[in-house]
Amino acid sequence: MADSVPKPSSSVKLVLLGEAAVGKSSLVLRFVNNDFQENKEPTIGAAFLTQKCNLPTRTIKFEIWDTAGQERFASLAPMYYRNAQAALVVYDLTKPTSLIKAKHWVAELQRQASPGIVIALVGNKLDLTSDSTGTAEDDGESSAAADSGDSGDARKVSTEEAKTYAEEESLLFFETSAKTGHNVREVFTAIANAIPETSLKSARGPGAGAGGVGAGRNNEEQQRVNLGGPRDPNAKEGCAC
Amino acid sequence: MDERREAGTGSNVSINSNKTNDGATPPPPLPRRPKPTSEASSGALQVGAPAQSKPTTAVSSIDIATLSFPDGSRGTFPTTAMRAISTPVPGGARSGYATPNREGLGLSPMGSNELSDSVSVMSFAPTMRPPGDLASLVAGELNKKSRAWNLLRSQSANVPPFESARTETLNNNDTGLAGFEREFDDIPDLTVSQSGEGSITDEDRLALWKAKMKHYMILSSAGKPIWSRHGDLSLINSYMGVVQTIISFYEGAKDPLLGFTAGNARFVILTEGPLYFVAISRLEESDAQLRSQLDALYMQILSTLTLPALRNIFAHRPSTDLRKPLEGTESLLSSLADSFTKGLPSALLGALECLKLRKSQRHTINNAFLKLRSDKLLYGLIVAGGKLVSVIRPRKHSLHPSDLQLIFNMLFESGGIKSGGGENWVPLCLPAFNNRGYLYMYVSFFDGRTDSTEPPQQESPSPPEDEIAIILISPDKESFYELKEMRDKVETCLTKNGTLDIIRNATRAGRPKISDIAPGAQISHFLYKSRANVQFSMSALEPSFTDLTARRRLMSLYHQLHASMHGRHSHLKVLHAVGREAASLAWITPIFELYCVAGPNISRGVMAQGANKIIQWAKREEERLFIIGGGVF
Ligand SMILES: Nc1nc2c(ncn2[C@@H]2O[C@H](COP(=O)(O)OP(=O)(O)OP(=O)(O)O)[C@@H](O)[C@H]2O)c(=O)[nH]1
Ligand SMILES: [Mg+2]
Repeated sequence: MADSVPKPSSSVKLVLLGEAAVGKSSLVLRFVNNDFQENKEPTIGAAFLTQKCNLPTRTIKFEIWDTAGQERFASLAPMYYRNAQAALVVYDLTKPTSLIKAKHWVAELQRQASPGIVIALVGNKLDLTSDSTGTAEDDGESSAAADSGDSGDARKVSTEEAKTYAEEESLLFFETSAKTGHNVREVFTAIANAIPETSLKSARGPGAGAGGVGAGRNNEEQQRVNLGGPRDPNAKEGCAC
Repeated sequence: MDERREAGTGSNVSINSNKTNDGATPPPPLPRRPKPTSEASSGALQVGAPAQSKPTTAVSSIDIATLSFPDGSRGTFPTTAMRAISTPVPGGARSGYATPNREGLGLSPMGSNELSDSVSVMSFAPTMRPPGDLASLVAGELNKKSRAWNLLRSQSANVPPFESARTETLNNNDTGLAGFEREFDDIPDLTVSQSGEGSITDEDRLALWKAKMKHYMILSSAGKPIWSRHGDLSLINSYMGVVQTIISFYEGAKDPLLGFTAGNARFVILTEGPLYFVAISRLEESDAQLRSQLDALYMQILSTLTLPALRNIFAHRPSTDLRKPLEGTESLLSSLADSFTKGLPSALLGALECLKLRKSQRHTINNAFLKLRSDKLLYGLIVAGGKLVSVIRPRKHSLHPSDLQLIFNMLFESGGIKSGGGENWVPLCLPAFNNRGYLYMYVSFFDGRTDSTEPPQQESPSPPEDEIAIILISPDKESFYELKEMRDKVETCLTKNGTLDIIRNATRAGRPKISDIAPGAQISHFLYKSRANVQFSMSALEPSFTDLTARRRLMSLYHQLHASMHGRHSHLKVLHAVGREAASLAWITPIFELYCVAGPNISRGVMAQGANKIIQWAKREEERLFIIGGGVF
């Protein structure tokens, strides 16, 4: 993945919001370290992490604020989303109240955050539902089937309900599993792609762009990603991070 | 050996025994023994406290100024003998101790009255003597002629160390630590185990709960359970209710209950406004020790909520369920509680441990740290493997050990921050600094920051105890990026001048080893506290005291020694106690406190010599072992 030619790179400030224990830190841990911890302890305050995302034409450096979901930290949230260009609002699809909380965050972001902010709604813990094969290989299609027949299905929020809401509010929408890694990288890639080029302040001069990225990752471009809203859903690029 | 046992150890009750039925049978009269600590009557067993048993033929205690107790333990109480040989302080005796003042690190001692409590005018003179005199104190002329002394001497060549007793002569039943290795195991959930084949009943779970040697509970004065270390609240709700009823009964009678004993468990209660804190211990800690542990739990709650917020919550609704506002801090309370149960020298001594570094190296680090200081900074700390490396602070603000204990617990004992990777921005209240408001703490581990383009290469991560953290505390909640910038500069600077590697190596080198400090001293372990610096040093726990039970056994001895020395009416300056498992020695002067432990039949003389070597070492190494001064701005 040695990119001999420097690509334009830009920083994107991203904030994660959502009820306690929905898996915000786990999603970040999966994205940044490709790791998962079964009994992750609650975040205290907020954690700041960075991770680069190589797109074919540019490099996005995510500056991630993983906030604590506990109620008592809620008053600090504006500090983290104030200048954010992207937000990942997470709920636990086995816990309906967490979707209600997520809707509150979306409303607050739409009211208070910067106008152009890209918001993704993420239903996490897909591995606990029966419609998940539980593997990272599983593609995005299966999440569209919201049937919950089998016993052992812990799903409490149907894909339809969340997806409809996401479309109404022009949000990106994904169902993920931080545990298996399913759809996690796709969320961040979709966000990277959805950030309008104009809002990126380039850190480096223009470089020779296309095609140089690790070919193995490029097949992700073919993957179906549920992109809602007005942003161009065709401008997908592989994220090789 | 057997002869000596005949004489000295009449019964089989070890000093760790639970049998302290005070007052059931009056202990035999003891000659020339100063009033023991007040703790004795509270049910906590002291080293050398008389336990109920049959009298024995004691070693001629007058001769050697050692008292034998019926349980087989013996203690040396430096009463007449000590004063008799007290002499004026030779000039410059304290010259090696650069910092008897508070200015140093700016740490304020845990109990501000500690000094006055334990230093009496009468006993001041002998303790002012320069180190090196302990041997003459406890093994002076007086003793050398005695038959018993000679007998002891002859044994000293063959001293099984304290730690060997663990496997050879004792099983943990004797030490009251049976099952301690399971102390921290979770009590299984009903739901989880029902799905498995061997379903567990509530009785089983209660039995597991009752088998724990240490419990902590927090409840509101209205009776709402808030937190308990073991057992989910549904399991133990009724017990909480009983506790609440008992406490309220005494509250109602305007005669607050401080503690009581039931069987071999000691209950200690701390009431703080609307909150009741209860510790239940079968580990033979003193009431004062348990109370200070409860106080630390209270501080943790204040650190989460601040005092005005806590008061507010209960002023509006006395029946509030505090679990909600404290949600997510359960693991902090638990890890704090567990470090007490394991035995935490820093908590026992109310002092901090520093990383041993050369004075010039520490100086270099302090200077770099000071030079790169952000305007927003209140306190800056570098911590490696849980030991303090460097501190910078404003002249007018000191750092309190109890606040640092909360920070260390959050960073090193519980997983919330450490496991996350990245940098952290944590609002917290440091109650000893100011219990009314929040500060903001920037935390970053020097190796742990992720800044990778590539997926992280799986290089061996350093074990948590080796991790180096930088902690920058500011009153300004918006100062994250400034402090982050400061951190980056400090890292660059320390990397460039090589001190980061020095810190890393010093951390890896671990704690000092007795074999280096006092070769051949036959001492198994020691704690040395520099009182003026409010810091301590201890010898390595490896290899003998690393497993849970062995470590607790050692720490229990220290707790008993400490309690004997710090009881309210205790004016002991030197205590030498011998039990079936161990001989221990405590020595307190205005400058230091030394606690050491050796095998049971080490002679007092040999032990005293070893202690002297440790004191001399600490004096020699003082400026490396302790942060003296620190960076002040
Ligand atoms: N089965 C399953 N468990 C998950 C998943 N993601 C997270 N968890 C678990 O859910 C719990 C909470 O995860 P965290 O990542 O700490 O949640 P959080 O949103 O960061 O919580 P706060 O920091 O308190 O706001 C942990 O025990 C995780 O192991 C997932 O995709 N599947
Ligand atoms: Mg989290």
